Amino acid sequence: MSAPGLLVTASPHLSAKASTPTIMWNVIGSLVPIVIVSIYLFRISALLVLAASVAGALLPERIWSRVGAVRDGSALITGILLALTLPPGIPIWMAFAGAFFGVAFGKLVFGGLGQNPFNPALLGRAFLQAAFPVALTTWPLPGGNWLAFKGDTLALPLMSANAPDAVTAATPLGLMKFEHTSTSLFDLFLGFTGGTLGETSAALVLICGGYLAWRRFLEWRIPASIFATVALLSGLFFLIDPARYPNPLFMLLSGGLMLGAVFMATDMVTSPTTHKGCWIFGVGIGALVVVIRLWGGLAEGVMYAILLMNALVPFINRWTQPTLFGSRKKVDVAS
Amino acid sequence: MGDLFWILISAMVVNNFTLSLFLGLCPFMGVSSRIETALRMGMANIFVLTITSICAWFLNTFILVHAPYLRLISFIVVIASLVQIVEMIIKKASPTLFRQLGIYLPLITTNCAILGLAIFQTNRGYGLFQGLSFAIGAGLGLTLALVLMASIRETTELADVPDLAKGTALTMIIAGSLSLAFMGFAGLMSSS
Repeated sequence: MSAPGLLVTASPHLSAKASTPTIMWNVIGSLVPIVIVSIYLFRISALLVLAASVAGALLPERIWSRVGAVRDGSALITGILLALTLPPGIPIWMAFAGAFFGVAFGKLVFGGLGQNPFNPALLGRAFLQAAFPVALTTWPLPGGNWLAFKGDTLALPLMSANAPDAVTAATPLGLMKFEHTSTSLFDLFLGFTGGTLGETSAALVLICGGYLAWRRFLEWRIPASIFATVALLSGLFFLIDPARYPNPLFMLLSGGLMLGAVFMATDMVTSPTTHKGCWIFGVGIGALVVVIRLWGGLAEGVMYAILLMNALVPFINRWTQPTLFGSRKKVDVAS
Repeated sequence: MGDLFWILISAMVVNNFTLSLFLGLCPFMGVSSRIETALRMGMANIFVLTITSICAWFLNTFILVHAPYLRLISFIVVIASLVQIVEMIIKKASPTLFRQLGIYLPLITTNCAILGLAIFQTNRGYGLFQGLSFAIGAGLGLTLALVLMASIRETTELADVPDLAKGTALTMIIAGSLSLAFMGFAGLMSSS
């Protein structure tokens, strides 16, 4: 028996306390302010959509994942993030179905946490966008009566109930794209505009993301390179033709860019493992966001940009393998 | 020039043959387990699509104007036999190239992506050069889809996939996810 102070063990000699549940619960904690603001802005509808989405994410995790997997919090994050990307007036059964699809087909079929190529929340969102395009692009105004629903919140599955008196408004990006009117940048920064549950306040997302980056639970290189790329590219087009293209600050503050760049692109499972890879990943997302927003048929492209770059991550990881210490040439993993 | 470039980009990402139009799914599912083979399959596809495009243009411009009802069957026969001849020539002239592409050529000569290209090209009234850039764009798009698919499938080999989803089921789910992601390109260029 050796003295405990002299115990020799094999590497890695980790001393950090961070484990998967620690990180996940910290992310959930940093999402709480955003959730509270979204409930304040969109009232009871936001609460119901969040609840349905979380339930839809937890159910398949509980049924098909290994025992105790729910406790690590990753499915809860998926549920909250999906809800934050949805419009507040969406029928809650759709939120449930989207979260269920995202976790079951985006994560569990690949073997659970850590093995999925695509971000489950965004996959659920893309599934909903493909299946119910109208419900996903109806944007009620924030505020109003606390107990009034913002749309067909309680509609039955696959029934087409139309809400009689939901007041809707276009999102700032939609206004820009289809009517060429801009929204005040200050409003966008503080976030009292139409939009999804979580995309309204840029300042709040930045503060919450800043906390995570400070705790090193978030790869700051990814949002940094996304913001830089979007600012540079859209700035370039703005200089060429200010009448036709929106200004770079508007591009940065509007839509889901903040939420996507800070909370979704940085998902540890579906982002590259190397630092160089993270820069490439971020630049790719930024460029795709600008391309889809300026020339695409959709007003918002953050979700698709992240999903497309998710698909490229295995490739990026392979390209950016660091040189092994002591070896001259780059080790080719492919051969 | 700009016209040719947009045709190429459109065929490559916006209306990607595999992920948006669901053509050529057979090689997409079958030959996408390794990046190496997927890349070669993609090259073979570009090659055959280019030949197809030239063939279809010649047939349409000089022969089928007299007998449009023979379009489908003459496309199939002429393209398949021409690719077979090219395959034999490559086998004789360059054994290295044959080993790279050869075994894939017969696999794709009768693929729906090939016939689809000939028919799209005819229906849209593309000229020779437009057709060529359409074919190269479609080929590059197929290669992109194949390589993306293969790189994801290689990583899932290390994952502990449940027995329920192993094999083709998982491949179909990945294909569907990729297709969802490519929906982001829908409507690109058409609005401006």
